Amino acid sequence: MTTHDLVILGSGPAGMAAAAAAVAHGITAVVVDEQPAPGGQIYRSIETTPIKERRILGNDYWCGEELVDGLDDPRIDYRPGTTLWQLTRQLEVGLLQGDQASMVRARHVILAHGAMERPFPVPGWTLPGVMTAGSGQIMLKSGGLVPSAPVVLAGCGPLLLLLAVQYLRAGVPIAALLDTSSPGQYRDALPLMPGALRNIRTLLKGVGLLAELRRAGVKHVRHVTALEAEGENRLERVRWRCGNDPEWHSLTTPLLLLHQGVVPNTQVTRALDCTHDWDERQLSWRPRTDTWLATDVEGVSVAGDAGGIVGAKASAFQGRLAGLGAAIALGRVNEDQIRAEVKRLRRELKRETAIRPFLDTLYQPAAQWRLPEDNTVVCRCEEVTAGEVRNMAKQGCRGPNQTKSFTRCGMGPCQGRMCGLTVSELLADANGQSVSETGYYRLRPPFKPITLGQLATAAEDISR
Amino acid sequence: MSARIVIVGAGLHGCSAAVHLSAQGHRVTVIDKDYAGRHASGVNAGGVRRLGRHPAEIPLAMAAWERWQRMAEVVGDDCGFRPVGQIMVAENSADLETLAERERQVRSLGFNHEYLITRDELRKRVPALSPHSPGGLACDGDGYANPYRTVTAWRRLAQRQGASFFEGVTVTDLEACGSGWKVQAGTHRFTADILINCAGAWAGTFCQWLGEPVPLAAEAPMLMITERMKPFLGPVIGATSRLLSFKQFENGTVMIGGGIRGEVDPHRQVAETSLGGLAENADTVLSLFPFMNEARIVRTWAGMEAVMPDQIPVLGSSSTSENVIHAFGFSAHGFQLSPITGEIVADLAMGREPSYPIEPFSITRFNGNHSSI
Amino acid sequence: MFKRLTPPDAPMQKTVIVYFNGRQVTAQDGDTIAAALLAAGVEACRTTPVSGSQRGPYCMMGVCFECLVEVDDVPNVQGCQVHVKDGMQIRSQHGARRLG
Repeated sequence: MTTHDLVILGSGPAGMAAAAAAVAHGITAVVVDEQPAPGGQIYRSIETTPIKERRILGNDYWCGEELVDGLDDPRIDYRPGTTLWQLTRQLEVGLLQGDQASMVRARHVILAHGAMERPFPVPGWTLPGVMTAGSGQIMLKSGGLVPSAPVVLAGCGPLLLLLAVQYLRAGVPIAALLDTSSPGQYRDALPLMPGALRNIRTLLKGVGLLAELRRAGVKHVRHVTALEAEGENRLERVRWRCGNDPEWHSLTTPLLLLHQGVVPNTQVTRALDCTHDWDERQLSWRPRTDTWLATDVEGVSVAGDAGGIVGAKASAFQGRLAGLGAAIALGRVNEDQIRAEVKRLRRELKRETAIRPFLDTLYQPAAQWRLPEDNTVVCRCEEVTAGEVRNMAKQGCRGPNQTKSFTRCGMGPCQGRMCGLTVSELLADANGQSVSETGYYRLRPPFKPITLGQLATAAEDISR
Repeated sequence: MSARIVIVGAGLHGCSAAVHLSAQGHRVTVIDKDYAGRHASGVNAGGVRRLGRHPAEIPLAMAAWERWQRMAEVVGDDCGFRPVGQIMVAENSADLETLAERERQVRSLGFNHEYLITRDELRKRVPALSPHSPGGLACDGDGYANPYRTVTAWRRLAQRQGASFFEGVTVTDLEACGSGWKVQAGTHRFTADILINCAGAWAGTFCQWLGEPVPLAAEAPMLMITERMKPFLGPVIGATSRLLSFKQFENGTVMIGGGIRGEVDPHRQVAETSLGGLAENADTVLSLFPFMNEARIVRTWAGMEAVMPDQIPVLGSSSTSENVIHAFGFSAHGFQLSPITGEIVADLAMGREPSYPIEPFSITRFNGNHSSI
Repeated sequence: MFKRLTPPDAPMQKTVIVYFNGRQVTAQDGDTIAAALLAAGVEACRTTPVSGSQRGPYCMMGVCFECLVEVDDVPNVQGCQVHVKDGMQIRSQHGARRLG
C-alpha cells in the first residue's frame, strides 16, 4: 500500500490553508475533495462562477481566491472528485474516484471537511420545493441559478441573512424572511457583546446586512414560532404563526429555503471513535481536540468547521495551525523554529473566534425547532417521525443505537446525517437525560456507499 | 424458596436466564457494563439456525426452534422471526461430498431436519444463485429474526416479571459470602445466593476469579448490509467450505456475514471491521451471486463474541464454586439457542437436572488449560 | 422554481444536452445533474422506497441523499455530486434497485 505523509480531507479554507502550511515544511500533502473544484462550500465554484460582479457575492467570498491559487503548488497532490469512503484508526485511507476504489496509508490525516446545515424538521419539509439556504447559495455560485418566483426564506443565522442580501443584490424578489429567532435571544446575547466587539468587522457586517434588507423593504417577519410547508406532492404554500398570536399567516410560493445554522459534520470523526463533546452553546457535537487541533486518535487532526463552527476566516487559521502541527508530528520542523508564527496564528484565531459566543447565543435555534411535534418526519430517508422516536424512548431505548432495530431511523442512505442531531435531542428530552449521556449513532465505514466489486478492488491494494 | 440471583451480562443468554428464573419467583438482578445486547446479542446476523450445528448443540437447537415457532406466545413479540429456510450451498463436488457426509451424520444421530437437495431443486429455490453450484443441504423452518428486537423482548419480559436491570455498571469484584456471593459493581453492592456468568466476551475474567480459567478468545465477526434491492432471495444462504451467511430482508436490504473475523481492539474493548476480511466475504458472495458486484454496501460493523477452541459454549455449573452457573462462549452462534439456555440455567440454579444433555459443554473439559484473554 | 441569471459579463457557457426520463434537457457545462434538473423545472427526481412520496434535492452538497437518480443505468447516484455530460440518460429513481 502506498504511504503518504499527509492526507487532508477537504479543499475548503481549512484544507487549503493546511496544505499550504504543510508543504512549506517539505511535506507532500494529498488533498482529497468530493467536489470537482476547490473552495469547499464557502468559496464554492470560486474559479468558475458566472456571478462575476463582485458586489453580489461579496468580499468575504472573493477573498478565498488566494487560498485556491495556493493549491497550484506542485507539492500539493490535489485530487478533486474523490470521495473518502473509509478511514481507520491505523490511518488506512479508502478513496473512490469515479468508479476506482483504492486504499492508501497516511502518516497523518487532517480532517477539514467542514459543516453541514442543522436539520430543520418542520411539517412538510420533505416536499419538493423545500430546500436549504445553503442549496440556494450553491445554485447561485455554481450556476448563477436563482429562484424564478418570489422566494420565502425561513429560519435564523448569519448565512440566511447573507443569502437574502446576495439575492437582493442579484435582483431576486424575496417574498418574506420568516425569522425564527426570539426577542429573548438578543437579550441573552448582549452580555457576550464585549467578545463580539473584538471582532467588530464581523459584527458590523451582520448589522450592515440587516440594514440593507430593511432599506430594500424586504418583508422581515420576526419571532416566528410555528412554521409549516404545505402542498400536494410539492410545495404550494408556507404557513406560520408569530409569538403567542394564534393566527396563521400564509404565503403561496414554489420555493422555501430553510436555515437554522450549520453544525460540524461528524461522520468521519464518529466512525473513528474520536471523543466528542456536546457543545451546549452551539447545540452540536464537536470532536475533542488539543491545542494543535489533534483528536484523541493518534495522527488525526481536525481543522475548520468540522471541529466546531468557527467560520471561514478562523477555519483558514486553524488549517494553518493543523498543517504546522502535522509538520511537527512528522518531524519536519520543531516547535521552536515556528514559535513566533504559531503565536501570531493563535492570536488571530482568538480574535476571530471571540465573536462566536455572541453569535452562537444570538442565533441559537429554540427548542421547538429542534424537538419537533410527533407527526413531523425526522428521518427523511426512512420516513420515521418524531413521535416514533419518542415512543422508542418509552420502550426503554436510551440512545440512538438501540432504536435502530425497531425503526430504520438512521439506517437510510444518508447514514444519519439529516436526523442524528434531532434523534439524539429527542431521546435526551424524552428520557430526561443530557444529550451527552444519550450519545449519537455508532458510525462505521463506508462513509458513502461503495459496491462489493469496488470493495474487493480496494482490498487488492492491501497486499501491494 | 425465592433466591436472590445475580446475572452478569444482559445479552440474550442473560435475559433468557432472567426470564426463566423470575418466572419461577426468584429475585433476579441483571448487571451489564454497557446496555443489553450491545456487543453480540443485539448486533449479530440474526440467524435462527439448526442447520450445520455441532452435534452436541443439535438437541438444544431443536428445542429452541420449537420456542421460535411460537415466540410471540413465549415473550410477547415474534422478534421478527421469518422461517424462510436455510440452505448450505456446495460450490464444487468436494463441498457436495461434505454435505452428503453431514446428512449421513445427522441422520445417524436420529435427526432428519437437514436434507440434501439436487442442483435442479437448488435452482428452483434460489434462482439467483450462480448455476455452477452442484447442490445444497437444506433445513426448512430455519430462518432469521431481528437481534436487538429479540433482546428487548426478552429483557422486557424479565422486567415485567420483576427482574431488575442495571446497565452501564461494571462488576469489579466478587466475594464469596457464606454459600452465596457479594458482587461489587461500581458503587453498587449486590448480594446473591446464586451467580450466573453470561458475560460473553468478558466471561473469562469471572472464570479466572473463580479459579477455573478457560481458553476464551474475544473475536469480532463482521457484517455488511446493502441498500434496498428488489427481492431476489427467499432462504438464508450459507456456503460449505467458506464462511458465508447471505440473506435478504423484507425491506430488500441484503445482509452479508458468516463469521469472518475483524479485529478486537483490546485497549478499547471493541470490535472493528477490517477491509481484508470484508473483501474475502465479498469474494464468496460474488462467486455465488455475481450480479452482487454492483450492489452497494451502506454499512459495515462487527460484534464481540466469546469463542471457545472447540466452538461450543460453556454451559453448566462452575467446577470450583457452589452456586455459580456459566452460560457463555457461544462462539458466534448462540442467538438461536437463547430461548433454551435460560431454561437450562434455571434448572441448574435450582439443583434440577436439565432437560437436555449438557455434558459436552462442561467447563471441566478445559481443566488445566491456560487462562483467557 | 429556478431560473438562470445571465449577467452581462458572464462568459459564454457551453450548452450540454442530457435526457431526463427520455425528455431532452438543455443544461450548462459545469451544472450538476441536480442543478440542471431544477433549472429545467423538474421538481421531484425520485419517489421514496418507504411510502412512494415524491422527493427532490434538498441540500445540494451531498449530505441529504434526496437527489438520487439513475444515471446511464446506474441507480442511486447523488445528482448533486455528478456533472452533466452530453448524452447522459437520467431517470427518476423509484424504490429499490434491481440487479441481476
